[in-house]
This record gives sequence, structure tokens and C-alpha cells, in this order.
Amino acid sequence: MLEQLNTKLRKLPSSLATVRKMQTLSRKEMKNGLWFLSPWLFGFMAFTLLPMLATLFFSFLNLRITDGIFSTPKFVGFDNYAKLLNDPQAGINPLEWFSSKTPSSLLITIKFGLIALPIGIFVPLGLALLMNNKYLKGQFVFRSLFYMPFIVPFVASIFLWGGMLNSETGWINRVLFSLGVPKENLPLWANDVNTVYPTYVIMGIWGIGNAMLVMLAGLQGVPTELYDAAKVDGANSWATFWNITFPMISPVIFYNLVLNIVGLFQYFLVPLVVNSGTGSPGGATMFYNLYLYKTFFTFQNMSYGSTLAWFLFLVILLITILLFATAKYWVYYAAEARS
Amino acid sequence: MNKKLTDGINTTFITLVVLSLLVIFLSPFAFMMVTSLKTREQISVVGAPIWPAAQPKYTYQGKEVDVYTVPLKQCAGFDTNGNATKNLAITKKGRQESTFVDPNDLGRGEFVCQVSWRALDRPWIFSPTWQNYVEVWNTIPNGYWRILGNTTFYAVVTMIGTVISCILVAYGFARFRFPGRDFLFIVLISTIFLPGAVTIIPTYSFWQKLGLVGTWYPLIVPHFFANAYNVFLFRQYFMTLPRELDESAMMDGAGPLKILWSIILPQSYPVIIAVVVFHIVFAWNDYFGPLVYLSTAKQNWPVSVALSFYNGIYGSQPQLIQAGAMMALLLPVILFFVAQRFFVQGIVVTGVEK
Repeated sequence: MLEQLNTKLRKLPSSLATVRKMQTLSRKEMKNGLWFLSPWLFGFMAFTLLPMLATLFFSFLNLRITDGIFSTPKFVGFDNYAKLLNDPQAGINPLEWFSSKTPSSLLITIKFGLIALPIGIFVPLGLALLMNNKYLKGQFVFRSLFYMPFIVPFVASIFLWGGMLNSETGWINRVLFSLGVPKENLPLWANDVNTVYPTYVIMGIWGIGNAMLVMLAGLQGVPTELYDAAKVDGANSWATFWNITFPMISPVIFYNLVLNIVGLFQYFLVPLVVNSGTGSPGGATMFYNLYLYKTFFTFQNMSYGSTLAWFLFLVILLITILLFATAKYWVYYAAEARS
Repeated sequence: MNKKLTDGINTTFITLVVLSLLVIFLSPFAFMMVTSLKTREQISVVGAPIWPAAQPKYTYQGKEVDVYTVPLKQCAGFDTNGNATKNLAITKKGRQESTFVDPNDLGRGEFVCQVSWRALDRPWIFSPTWQNYVEVWNTIPNGYWRILGNTTFYAVVTMIGTVISCILVAYGFARFRFPGRDFLFIVLISTIFLPGAVTIIPTYSFWQKLGLVGTWYPLIVPHFFANAYNVFLFRQYFMTLPRELDESAMMDGAGPLKILWSIILPQSYPVIIAVVVFHIVFAWNDYFGPLVYLSTAKQNWPVSVALSFYNGIYGSQPQLIQAGAMMALLLPVILFFVAQRFFVQGIVVTGVEK
């Protein structure tokens, strides 16, 4: 007993040294790790966190670029937020969505999302399913060619589609005309309130290559045993899709859905270029983020622009949190289920 | 039916369906190419063919004359019952009768046909013109060389910044353990979902106060501080590399930078190529950044901004706009086809693993 203790005591200094050595090692590891992270840590502070806080701060001031940089801004409390609540153009109050004469930019964004979001998920998914079909020959070539429009410069793709959808010379209307649509009924596409959203959606479908590739990779990652088992059980292809394929690729769908929703609320470049950011036709393309952009860059109202921006951020945050909360009911994480 | 036959039918059916979808999907490219090869005259003619074409002219006795499609039965010396038509050069226009020569049969000389020249159609022959490309090249703001140079400068400098900073940060996340690392990684990933609107106003005002709006700094500097997508790509890749080599190098006294440089990077060329290509395509296509910071500085316009201003001036001439679009998309598309393998892998890693 005593002897045992003695050996232990004799060993103590060396084990203490090991602990100390390990501590210095892990401290060194931490120092090294943080050193390597430092470019991002600094960049995150300088270009994300600080600007975010500054945006919040600006939203409580009355700051305009036109006032000049030497003017001292006044603290105005929640005035900008009160203005936001009563601003028909921002239109954040659902009670006024259908009574206000000025179209609500938030409602416009949501309306467009109701068309664009399902298409943004199901078209790439459908295409990925086609690509993954075992009967398809030349999958690799098709995959690349469907992806390709995604890398066409934004401005160029807008001009391509602007030409395709030109109401007089565009190919789409030529096809419609040859199918028997009378000349006076040919759509005006981006220049008509009724067709401007479908026009944007068509332009957007061109960029689904990325989502398609990601979904295709998800489909290819589904273990074939599962399909074999379903076959043994006599499941038809519809049941197989909903009981095996969909759950297995639901993380990928979830990721794309979140990205698409974040993208939806930031949507403004297309209306800016296609309809020159004026909201034409009939104010239908004054999207929320376009309104924000104009408030800052055109009307130079920094504080109100910041207020619009923080509201946008909160909306996106809320939706993302809600989505993540619902995820456990329909998103299946194979790795977690296994452990 | 035997299995081979049904398989064959299925293959043909599916492949045909996908092929026709693809043709529709890519038809804007065809539109662009075809339009960019048309002459301005053809664009303005109602009922002109959709392929690049011109109405031929013929030089007869030193004079340039138009060519018309004439029904031969109306002409002297031809079969009066046939339905044949021929493209003939008109030498004398008349309401009741006109005089023609056949460019392919000059020996016949001039002959009279009982037609009004106004009732005749002029034929179109396939004749693409490259003139639009030349015109865009010369008339785009600053000239094309300059905007190509600007875009290349922007793409290359920011590519260097992105690759270096993202490799360092990803190495930090992949190879070092310390408290708070996983939290920081979640923060990094969540910046993917952060709306740019919530940072742009102070950021822009900051650069404006420094007097740097209109210069390259606001566009270039942030790329030297890493971004979530590329850090994620590098990190995922680094984590698949075995640690044994690192550890044995560490035993030999190599420091972390040395290990990164001589052990990790030599094994990482596929992901480095993927990031380089992604970034070049991103920078080439970037429109919002240059629009915001450079619209007042014409000398610095990259291709995307120059093209959009060009559209403001020449918007009514689709043949020029389409030629300009073609010139803008050529490089990214070529790059994509050359580096396809790396491209696809990179997308799959960021999208599926998240």
C-alpha cells in the first residue's frame, strides 16, 4: 500500500509535467488555430458584424447622405420604424395590403415567391430525377448542358431573354403565333402586369443548373438497397419516391429551400435591369429589396434604408428559424438517425 | 415483349424527352447566335427569315440591281404552263411588264416578263455577318480591350486574395482543436444566409467617406478576408486528407505553415482548381458590386457593367446587344467546359454536405 503510494508520488511530477505540457500544447494549438482563422475573424468583424450593428444604429438616426458628411445626425428613436409601419410602398402591414392604392413591396415579394419558390424546387428536382433515370443515355453531357446557363453572366442572360421574349421579334412569340395565337393576343411579357412575374420566373429557370446538380448528387447518394427492398415489398414508383427518395434527399431540398427564400427577399437585380428599377409595369415590380436599394442609392436616405434593411433581416431570420423548427418533421438526417 | 426491346423503347423515349427539353432550354443561345450574325437591314424587315440572311444584289453592266423571285410562265421564251420560279436580276422595273436577266444564264440576254415588280418577292440567301462583333468591340464604352483588361484584373487579384485567405482559414478549421471552433464554424456558415442588404449601407458609406467609391478597393479588399463557400469547400477537402503525414512532419519539427505548404497543398490541387474556376466565373459575372462602386468611374468598368450601359445606348439594335452578350459569356462558358470535372465536384460538396 505504502509502496504503491510511493511510486505514485514519484510519478506525480512527471505526470504533472505531462499535463502542463498538454496544456501548453493545446494553448499552442489554440493560438495557431486562431492565427489561421484571423483573416476571416477580422473580415467578419469588419465587413459583416460591424456593418450590421451600424445598420441597426443608423435606423435610430435621421441620417441622409444629402445632408453632407459634416452634419450631426439626430437620434430619433423609433421614428423610422413608425414610418415603416405606415409606409404604403414598403407595405409591411398586412391589414393594408388589399386596401392601399400603392402596391405593397412586401406583398409583391411574397406574391412572386408563391410562383417562384415551388418552381425553384420542383423544376430542378424533376430535372435531376430525369437525369438520374437509368434509361437515360449520355447523362454526363445532358447534365453539363443543363448546368451551363448558370454560368452565363447575369447581364448577358437578361439580354438573351429580353431578345427571346421580345413581343415582336422574339422567338417565343413567333412560336405562339405559328401555333395560332392571334397577333393582338401575343403576350407583352415584361411589359404587362399579368405576364411580368412569369417572365421573371422563366428567366430564373435558366439558372437552376446548380440546384439540379446538387439534387442529382443527393439522388445518387441514396443507397440502392433501399430501392431493392421497396421493389421486394411491391411498392410502385410513386410510393417509392415519397417513402424513400424524398426523405433521403430532404436535407438537400431543405438547404435549397432556405437559400431560395433568402434569395427571394433579396430579389431586385432582375427588376432593376429588366424594368429599369422603376416598378413598371404598374408598380408590379417594386420588390421590397428594390425599394430598399432605391431608398438608399437613389433617394440617399441612409437611416430609412437601414430601417428597411433591418426589417428585411428580421423577416428572413424569422422565416429561417421557423423553417429550421419545422425541419425535424420532414427533413431526414441519415447520419443522426443511424447513431 | 422481351426485356431488351422494352429497355430499348424506354431508353429512346427518355432520351428523346430530355433531348427536346434541352433544345428548348438552350434555344436562347441559338437566338443569340443567329441574331448576332444578322445585318441591321434584316432586323428591320418584317417577315425576314429567322436565320441570318441577306437579299442578294447583282451587278449588271456596272449597275447594282435587285434580284426577285419570278414565276417563269410569265416570261417570254419559257414554258407557259410550268410552276417553276427563278431568281432573276431586274434591269427595268415596270407595272405591267419588267425586264430581267438570268445571272446564271447571261447568254439568254435581257427578256421581258408580264409581272409588276411590286408584286414580286425578293429572295433571302444565307449570309451571316461578323460586322456586329467588330462594331461592339469598337463602340462599347472604353473599347473592348480596356473592359477585358479591367475584368481580368478584378478576377485575378480577387482570386489570389480569396484562394490564399480561404486556404488559411479552412486549414485553421480543419486541423486545430480549440474551444469555440465549432461555434465559429456555424457563424461562418450562417453568413451564407445573411442578406447583403443589412451590411451594404454602412459599408458603402464607409468607402464613400474614405473617398474610395469609384476605385477598385471596395471590390477587392473584402476578398482578402475569406468567404463561407470557399472556406467550406477547402475545409471539407482538408478533412479527408489523412493526418498521419501532418503528424510525422510535426515530429520532424515542421511548423503549421510548413505543413500546410508542403503536405496539405500538394494533395489539394482538385479543390484549389475548383475554387479558382468558381471565383473567376463569379468575378467575371459579378454585376452588383461593380455597378454600386464603379458606375461613376467609367475607366474601370468591367464587361458586365459596360454591357449594361451599352444596352442603354444601343438597346434598339438587338444584333449588337446579342453580339455583346455573346462576347461576355464566351470566357465563362469555355472555362466551364474545360474545368467541368472540378466544377461539378465543388458544387456537389457545398450543396450536399452543407
